[in-house]
Amino acid sequence: MAVNYSLKPLLKVEGLKQYFHVHPGGAVNQHRPANECTAINETRCVDFGIPGLRMPIRQQTVTVKAVEDVSFEIYPGETYGLVGESGSGKTTIGRSIIRLYNPTGGKIWFNGLDISRQMDKDTKKFLRTQMQMIFQDPMASLNPRKRAGRIIREGLEIHHSCRSRAERDARVGEILAKVGLTMEHGYRYPHQFSGGQRQRVGIARALIMNPQLIIADECLSALDVSIQAQVVNLMKDIQEETKTAYLFIAHDLSMVKYISHRIGVLHQGHLLETGTAEEIFEDPIHPYTKSLLSAIPVLNPVVAKKRIWKSYDKKTLGIDYSKGSYHLIGGMHYVKCTEDEFNRWT
Amino acid sequence: MAEEKEKILQIRDLDITIHTAAGSVHAIQGVDMDLIRGETAAIVGESGSGKSITMKAVMGILAGNASVKGSIEFCCYHEDGRREKVDILKQDKKWIRKHMNGKQIAMVFQDPMTSLDPTMSIGKQVMEGMIWHFKMPKKEAWNRGVRLLEEVGIDDAQKRMKQYPHQLSGGQKQRVAIAIALACNPELLICDEPTTALDVTIQARILELVQRIQKERGLSVIYITHDLGVVAKVADYVNVMYAGKIVEKGRADEIFFDPRHPYTWGLLSATPDMNGMDRRLDPIPGSPPDLLHECAGDAFSPRNPYALVIDDKMAPPMFQITDTHFAATWLLDPRAPKVEMPKELKARLNRMRKEAREYGSKL
Repeated sequence: MAVNYSLKPLLKVEGLKQYFHVHPGGAVNQHRPANECTAINETRCVDFGIPGLRMPIRQQTVTVKAVEDVSFEIYPGETYGLVGESGSGKTTIGRSIIRLYNPTGGKIWFNGLDISRQMDKDTKKFLRTQMQMIFQDPMASLNPRKRAGRIIREGLEIHHSCRSRAERDARVGEILAKVGLTMEHGYRYPHQFSGGQRQRVGIARALIMNPQLIIADECLSALDVSIQAQVVNLMKDIQEETKTAYLFIAHDLSMVKYISHRIGVLHQGHLLETGTAEEIFEDPIHPYTKSLLSAIPVLNPVVAKKRIWKSYDKKTLGIDYSKGSYHLIGGMHYVKCTEDEFNRWT
Repeated sequence: MAEEKEKILQIRDLDITIHTAAGSVHAIQGVDMDLIRGETAAIVGESGSGKSITMKAVMGILAGNASVKGSIEFCCYHEDGRREKVDILKQDKKWIRKHMNGKQIAMVFQDPMTSLDPTMSIGKQVMEGMIWHFKMPKKEAWNRGVRLLEEVGIDDAQKRMKQYPHQLSGGQKQRVAIAIALACNPELLICDEPTTALDVTIQARILELVQRIQKERGLSVIYITHDLGVVAKVADYVNVMYAGKIVEKGRADEIFFDPRHPYTWGLLSATPDMNGMDRRLDPIPGSPPDLLHECAGDAFSPRNPYALVIDDKMAPPMFQITDTHFAATWLLDPRAPKVEMPKELKARLNRMRKEAREYGSKL
């Protein structure tokens, strides 16, 4: 399906920053290179709940810069694929957009409404109904004690979207049919489904509010290859029908190519390269993108055995992400680099 | 030619039934498999097809509620150069633990998060096998442990020996798991979905690491995976498994360039093609069968668009295509109607052949 890029973007993210304050010793910041973190010594007063007893404790806090100055847009009916290795901040971006986190800096506009700050009641309701999420592991994200039907209709109940029970049940039946399940499946508990069916329930739950944007966070990684193909096709069919936009977060580039109109490549919290799927796959500019592309497994046994994975180390290449700015390659293809790097790579 | 090479592992008529509260599950139904010394075999299949259970039987680490029939012959060398063939299924657990696990056959599991002990330091876990099997002094084991960690590409090995699993990233943890598996110089390494829990870039690194070590040490390796991309990269010999049976087996080029079983066609079609222009995948419809209910015919027939009437009545035997290539489908019977693989897949395979020729293959 072609996307109309002359329309106003559905979602606009500008200079999004997301920092986390963590205490060292936790597993969170172990694999982060030192320059990504800044340590602050602070003295906190711990209140033990006993009147008059307050104890100052010196504690070191580390700021992890999970997302650093990321900007992109998603147009109505478009699929934007966000790829990168684990720890690159792709899940964090998804969660900041749907406001599971409070962004440290930057702006997010959804349908023209600013959703990066404190929201008023109407904006909040708009965000909560029009933006939905599909999670990675359907077993963990579906309540094991609720039947599928109840999980799916929960959104309708919370937002009082249906006037009668009959109307609500009709909606649930409609959605179940749309994701390839039957009414009978609505009476089952999550453990009674197979992996693929469970993810279909997750998709149905996201679809019930008829959202304009669905954030799919690694929603295929827990599934078998043959089932992945089923779910990808289902998501594409749904998009044809409902014109929903997807933010598709994944580390598997091959599936991203199948589903995305545009792709953003993320590394250590920086969006390094973005463009249409063809631009990224046919003409990658950034060495990291090239390395990522060379790591995709190919089906051809002869080729696969001879091909060597291009390693990438930003230190030896001397790339400093924070110095770069976005350079236009052509079309919608942008690369984040310095002037010098741009000349070298193109 | 295949007969001249020495087989390190020979599985015959392996049949495993697991007794659960819900009933008996006939998880493995007559599996035959061979592995030639120094080569790499892969077992491909969806989850629940029985690929892990087969390898657990080889390791002798099946759960207590499983009953096993058949034979698993493993050919090992003793320290004095004596060659011995053992049937693993005839040995008791204690014997296997003492002579096989770690020493002859080692395993790398899917999730390094759960396969490493969070309460033990890396060093202790690497040294454990050597101290137990070889009664090696601690000092020597420590030095060897450091060398092993360096071999699998972990920098700062001295420091890492004292660290704990939570202080390492996912890729490093899997490297440690490989180092532990290699600690006692095994002949056979079984990798159970070694990269499923990892990113693509780390996956590439781990696969190249195992390949390098295999070449250096002359190991035989079995991969268990559901990712055909991994298979294409590493395997010499491929076994495609479905519902407890091997449905097609052959050399990697035979399976990828000339697949015969509709299930293999389905698996290949469902895998994304990086060169193809089509924007749609062809998934295998339905989901894998529940082995609690045994069916008379071919377990794949409900999902098989090419199923014949006989598929519902009788399970197909193995048909031989070449010396090394076998497939269990009635479509290969001389009486069966001539059925071609899907057009899109055929075009894709032709493209792959062309690509392979460009890389200097004789195909």
